[in-house]
Amino acid sequence: MSGYPLLSLAIWVPILAGLLILAVGRDNNAGLTRVLALIGAVAGLVVTFPLYTKFDAQATVMQFVELSPWIPRFNINYHLGVDGISMPFIILNSFITVIVVLAGWQVIQYKPAQYNAAFLIMSGLFNGIFCALDGILFYVFFEASLIPMYLIIGIWGGHNRVYAAIKFFLYTLLGSLLFLIAQLYLFIYSGGSFSILDWHQMPIPMGPQIAIFMAFLVAFAVKVPMWPVHTWLPDAHPEAPTGGSIVLAAIALKLGGYAFLRFTLPIVPDASHELAWLMIALSLIAVVYIGFVALVQADMKRLVAYSSIAHMGFVTLGFFLFTPLAVEGAIVQMISHGFVAGAMFFCIGIIYDRMHTHLIADCGGIVYKMPVYAAFMMLFAMANAGLPATSGFVGEFMVILGALQVNFWVAAISATTMIVGAAYTLWMYKRVIFGPIANHHVAELTDVNKRELAILMILAFLVLAMGVWPEPVTHIMHTSVNDLLRHVAISKLQ
Amino acid sequence: MNPYVLDLITASPEVLVLLMGCLILLFDLCVKDPSRTATFVLTQLTFVGAAVLTLFTSTGEVVYAFNGLYVDDLMGDLLKLVLYLTVIVTLFYARPYVLQRPDLRRGEFYLLVLFATLGMMVMISANHLLTIYLGIELLSLSVYALVAMNRDSVASTEAAMKYFVLGALASGLLLYGMSMVYGATGTLSIPEISDALVSNASNPTVLIFGLVFLVSGIAFKLGVVPFHMWVPDVYQGSPTAITMLIGGAPKLAAFAITMRLLVSGLLLLAPDWQGMLLILAVLSLAIGNLAAIPQTNIKRMLAYSTISHMGFVLLGIVVGVVGGDARFALNAYSSSMFYVVAYVMMSVAVFGVIILLSRAGFEADRLDDFKGLNKRSPWFAAVMMMIMFSMAGVPFFVGFFAKFSILQAVVASGQIGLAIYAVLMSLIGAFYYLRIVKIMYFDEPLDETPITAPTDLRVLLSINGVAIALFGLFPQTIMSLCAFSLLRSL
Repeated sequence: MSGYPLLSLAIWVPILAGLLILAVGRDNNAGLTRVLALIGAVAGLVVTFPLYTKFDAQATVMQFVELSPWIPRFNINYHLGVDGISMPFIILNSFITVIVVLAGWQVIQYKPAQYNAAFLIMSGLFNGIFCALDGILFYVFFEASLIPMYLIIGIWGGHNRVYAAIKFFLYTLLGSLLFLIAQLYLFIYSGGSFSILDWHQMPIPMGPQIAIFMAFLVAFAVKVPMWPVHTWLPDAHPEAPTGGSIVLAAIALKLGGYAFLRFTLPIVPDASHELAWLMIALSLIAVVYIGFVALVQADMKRLVAYSSIAHMGFVTLGFFLFTPLAVEGAIVQMISHGFVAGAMFFCIGIIYDRMHTHLIADCGGIVYKMPVYAAFMMLFAMANAGLPATSGFVGEFMVILGALQVNFWVAAISATTMIVGAAYTLWMYKRVIFGPIANHHVAELTDVNKRELAILMILAFLVLAMGVWPEPVTHIMHTSVNDLLRHVAISKLQ
Repeated sequence: MNPYVLDLITASPEVLVLLMGCLILLFDLCVKDPSRTATFVLTQLTFVGAAVLTLFTSTGEVVYAFNGLYVDDLMGDLLKLVLYLTVIVTLFYARPYVLQRPDLRRGEFYLLVLFATLGMMVMISANHLLTIYLGIELLSLSVYALVAMNRDSVASTEAAMKYFVLGALASGLLLYGMSMVYGATGTLSIPEISDALVSNASNPTVLIFGLVFLVSGIAFKLGVVPFHMWVPDVYQGSPTAITMLIGGAPKLAAFAITMRLLVSGLLLLAPDWQGMLLILAVLSLAIGNLAAIPQTNIKRMLAYSTISHMGFVLLGIVVGVVGGDARFALNAYSSSMFYVVAYVMMSVAVFGVIILLSRAGFEADRLDDFKGLNKRSPWFAAVMMMIMFSMAGVPFFVGFFAKFSILQAVVASGQIGLAIYAVLMSLIGAFYYLRIVKIMYFDEPLDETPITAPTDLRVLLSINGVAIALFGLFPQTIMSLCAFSLLRSL
């Protein structure tokens, strides 16, 4: 094991880079701040590589653990560590940050220093969420990450950005405040510990378990987002700049799902079993109903936002089936969605940079002007629809298989996504890319430049690689998922 | 040594401030300089001297002086040190503002601040109901005059009048309550009141009757609902430098007298006064947060925000004793103390920003004056943003840990419903803090005038902003100091 505090580096390298950019960045040295941001983002990615190479996939304990007292008065510790579930997210997040910095390279002309700094700081905070093993440490990262996203939507967003930014902030704050109360209850109940690992072992009677489950549910359901508290997402996405949408879809939506695995399932396993029907019902509504809602969207970003909610429905569905196949499928789905939704929003951003619209009706016939772009978008649309040999297929297929082991009808209903998902994605693709050239804006389009091509190629490679050979991702999570499910199967009632 | 001299040594910080107050009063008569630099420097040095004396006379034990009228303990020392620091910072922030306004640019400004501070020091160290009253009146009378100093302004005059009338009423209530307590227990000394309660040698009906008036008087000083009517008017009407003084330091003194009166003196009546304070806290959280939303004047908005913050402080005091069990009391009260200290730090900073943006003949007190601040000055927009997020209770800022410690005390007392109510109210509060951030970052500036504030103000404000972030990252020190000082004092 490495002697370096790798997790601290993963958190603080991007944050310090962000602060440095804020310190030196002026409106007249945009080029410098972009280069600094890229260096910071790449450095943040490089320090996470050892997490993968030195990871012991057979171990059931937390790895790369760092533990030092932070606020001894309340027994709050700076306690970091990763297992096979959280480690892939740290790498995904650090990777997406590089993509985001590149995606905003020439596009963002207004206050580029603040823009890049906000993304880098947010990236560090997200890494903190994924490796925190102390409840309050988790919470402060969880809530602090709202600030940069609020500013990103509000400063660089579209015309309705203020409404979207405030709605985003207050919605997510509501959930996290109840989460805080639940944590304080656990703190008092456990006799003074904020350690998540202690809470995993602690027996809790059924009544409090249900209450804690509900508090967790509100917090995490807003983040996921699950139906019916999903309405902030379709408002936030169209108003966010491209980079904001990518991070929102690729990382921010994963926080809720991850928190279910880190908090809800292991801390209140009996309530989770008891209320699994509720979670499965909500997930199926998200998969089917939101899928139909996506079908009628006129705005590409809203459409992909709704499709994200439907995909996240698969994630929560997988978790509450309690079989290794389904849970692993859900995690694979989260990672795959990070690439696919990120790529979709990047593609929409390319059009937006040229035409300043993401309405489907404003496009049409783009394939004649941008053939390379159309080809790449085809791949990502297929992945979004869950075509075999793309990463989108793997997760959904695993979850459906897992559902079949539990209940045929759950599997049957969830499998309709294969049809609905294909319908809304491909119909959008058809209207945007094919058909006659819609207007003179489309006629003036130019195909992707080298920077955009590079990003598209990297994303396409990852989507295909995960679709064809998911083993490198799944093998690191086997042990952790099995250990988690073994733990969840043991009742905490006494 | 003569016991009288010992008493004077124990109370030497107060003695110093009083003596210097009298000396500066005479000295100021001979000063010709219209900017009163010498008076300003002497005033600041007085506070530094008082801080040194407070540190040196601090024994860590509870020391009584003047036949039990005065007490010197760790809680008092800590609160006084924070008080000096607050007043020193307040005066630095106020200095450029005062210099630009002829009505305020007088020696009296510094003198009244000195005497107001003396009043707060007396309140903090009071061990006797009369001493408490003496401190309150010294503070109040000085502040009434300060509010009215801008005598050509209708708003200021009105605010001073309102403050004076309502303040006099509150003092009357407090005195009446004290006389009832005296009637019930036969003493005005706080430890003796406590003894009388323990030995059951008091008339409970009269005592509870008096308690109602005591609580009302304290509630007025803290400015909590329904005794809050003066707060928005006085905040808005006073010159910003005075608002900063009213909004910050006196909360420390009000916290101290709450501890002395209710906890040291009347702890056995905790079920009674906790019930009263609970109503005040619940109402303050609701009214403070809801009424702040429609405000267009930032000082008025901050007044309502103060009301809700004081509601949070009271929550900590409310949950100290559960079912006659004072096991969690220390935890709860030290949470409240930490909240007060954190609040004062944020409050001073936010008024500092308002002063930073104001110029001669121009008050930056409308929300519109903050529009597009990020374009005019990214750094001070960031400082203001940190203050706003801190007040909203978002990490990593000190305000989060203030709310956190209060909430954990509430949950520890088993009143989860109350905790949920408190977070829902702070969610409403988050809206108007977010709106300030929105105004600064998302809107276009109405006024492109560059910021003209002097360098020392900028540096101090930057330090203040960074402190809010730093104590948010490392809150342990202040938290433990609060807990330790209360442990050694109560």
